[in-house]
Amino acid sequence: MTGGGTGLSSRLRRLLGVMATAAVVGVVAVGCGGSGEGSDGTVTLEFAQWWAPELPAGSFDKLMADFTAQNPTIKVKLLSGPYASTKQQLVTGAASRTLPDVVGLDGAWVSDFAKQGAIADLTALMAEAKYDSSQLASQIQVKGKTYMIPVVNFVYPLFVNNDLLAKAGVTKPPSTRTEFLDAAKKVSALGGNVKGWALPLDTAVPNGVQNDVMSWLWASGGSMLAQDGKPDLTNEQVKTTVAYVKSLNDAGVIAPGSLTMKEQDKVEKFTTGQVGMVIDSLAHITLIKKNNPTLNFTVAPIPAEDGYTGKRGIPYASWGIGVAASTKHRAEAFKLVQFLLSRQTNAQLSTLANGFPGNKTAEPEFSTGDPLFKTAFDIYRAGYPANEFVGLPKSEDLMRSFDEQLQLVLTGKASVDDALGKSQESWASVL
Amino acid sequence: MESAKLDHAAPPRAAVLAASERAAAPRRFSANGAAPYGYLSPTLLLIFVLMVIPIAMVVSYSFKDNVIVEQNPVFAGLANYTTVLTDPDFLAALKNSFVFITVSTLAHLVLGLAFAMLLDTPLLGGVTKAVFRVVYLLPWLFTVAVIAVIWRLMLDPAGVVNYILTTVGGMRQGVDWLANPATALWAVTFINIWAGFPFFMMSILAGLQGISADLYEAASVDGATAVQRFRNVTIPQLRPVLISMAVLDLIWTSQQFALIWMTTGGGPLNVTEMLSTYTYKQAFSSYEFGTASASAVIVLLLTMIVAFFYVRLQKER
Repeated sequence: MTGGGTGLSSRLRRLLGVMATAAVVGVVAVGCGGSGEGSDGTVTLEFAQWWAPELPAGSFDKLMADFTAQNPTIKVKLLSGPYASTKQQLVTGAASRTLPDVVGLDGAWVSDFAKQGAIADLTALMAEAKYDSSQLASQIQVKGKTYMIPVVNFVYPLFVNNDLLAKAGVTKPPSTRTEFLDAAKKVSALGGNVKGWALPLDTAVPNGVQNDVMSWLWASGGSMLAQDGKPDLTNEQVKTTVAYVKSLNDAGVIAPGSLTMKEQDKVEKFTTGQVGMVIDSLAHITLIKKNNPTLNFTVAPIPAEDGYTGKRGIPYASWGIGVAASTKHRAEAFKLVQFLLSRQTNAQLSTLANGFPGNKTAEPEFSTGDPLFKTAFDIYRAGYPANEFVGLPKSEDLMRSFDEQLQLVLTGKASVDDALGKSQESWASVL
Repeated sequence: MESAKLDHAAPPRAAVLAASERAAAPRRFSANGAAPYGYLSPTLLLIFVLMVIPIAMVVSYSFKDNVIVEQNPVFAGLANYTTVLTDPDFLAALKNSFVFITVSTLAHLVLGLAFAMLLDTPLLGGVTKAVFRVVYLLPWLFTVAVIAVIWRLMLDPAGVVNYILTTVGGMRQGVDWLANPATALWAVTFINIWAGFPFFMMSILAGLQGISADLYEAASVDGATAVQRFRNVTIPQLRPVLISMAVLDLIWTSQQFALIWMTTGGGPLNVTEMLSTYTYKQAFSSYEFGTASASAVIVLLLTMIVAFFYVRLQKER
């Protein structure tokens, strides 16, 4: 080889060396992520959830530190993000079988993840750990097997602006549909931009169908599903519910812009006194009080059909927990589940989150919390948690197709019967 | 020499000799020859991993049923394409996208040109022009999330736009700009125009400043009016910039997702549904990754047609 060739060869070697180093750095960088077992036998669990950002800063990290203190061989690496990005991360992870060891779940995702085989059968894990499941308030099952356990539940009562109602001459929160329509009309008659109720029907996140429409049905003991789990959208109670929502629209008591209104717009309108009543998550009490400390409001049960005397269903959403089917640390992952559902930790977490515990024996601390929290807890105990979308496959898609039909009804482009008939057809192809 | 035979004009003799010497040299692997590829390899690797593989995967998904959600998806041929192309929602999204893209691009061009000419005027001083340039550029500097929030607030039924229209504009009642099926598509198109025209303005302004003053002087000497100077000097000189910008804008606007998602979500009644939001809903709401992939491939093909013209245009220049 010539001298020049040696020089070139040396340059080539350097170049290849740089490339090899870059490749190694890349591989190491990738390898550093993820769960694993340390040389000292310590297991690090990955836990993806959207809870930490919604809790007081640092409080969830402290709970995880408590867990590690109780289980010195298990560390927890939190993967925290907003709800929407956590959902996307989990959908992608489920598809590629790379879900974190422990995952925060919404009931609406469970059926699809279970069908993919992405989340583990918790019934088996509970049996392996000899866990007493009777202490759990609820379990989300698919084909008889538990895939998600609600850790904290957030109910959706009726939020009432006391000052607006008083100004309109309404002395107490409405308890029946007729009273609600009457109160909403009186509040709307106050003029300005004030309306009686807000109905968010944005199709990007169509959960208004669950929280703001079907809640009327569940509050009167109705159901959108038949006994066998098939859709039953053409039953009389669903018809009267949709007809009632239409009557509210026809009466002009719904805040304008509802067809593209998002949940945060609804909360904003209530906070600024633009609407007298909304159905909203208890989790928003802190936000509303922070943004408008002078707002005088209370929470009440969702009005039921006139003459209804049975127990009222109250919609809820959950911070659910599940374990990845692909985890190599099933026992350790379930220990974390047990810890979060233990009497003491569950009570602590519920208090921090302004939610209700997933463990029946846990008691949230009412004395330090907001008095409305206690009122809501009484409403919750007087009724029953109702959310028929939990555990349904493609639940967001079901809500969206119903939403689109409801929008046609509200804009006068379809009758209630036609819209429900088409929704029934659409849901039947999924359920 | 094959190349010399093909050329109509004979190459210089020295070049022919040098080329023949190169051709006569034995073709063997040399460090000299490999080095450029070595330097290119990180980029090629990244393109392969981040573009070629994902695109190939999406194309392969588009021919499968129950892809991703089931562990053993089955080959479905063109079924996903048939489903998508016969879906009324997809056809509505295609139509909406066409209106949104063409109106946005045309308005970007017209407004960009108009504002660029205003900023190029000799009637204003340098400082005044600089201030206006910054002010006009602001919409382009905001992120999509900020733009969506600002306009959602302003176009709210109880927002500032309706307030002005009802108090000053003489309208009796406010309009649900984003929630009314009759106005929603035009409202989101307007927001997109507002957010995008400053980039056109700055690019065209740079083009205007590159036009020689001699051309305008010569036209004036020939007795051309202002309109004639605009038609016969400004537009021809700006044509390469205008065409390139228009083609790029067609591609960029066709990819607009966040603005639609954060303002209307495709509603009300699907009147603002775009190909991007339709594809997203298929994937992350319906979990129909096969049809979502088919939709994405159709969008890719449509975009590639535009990209083809853009590349050809650049080559011609």
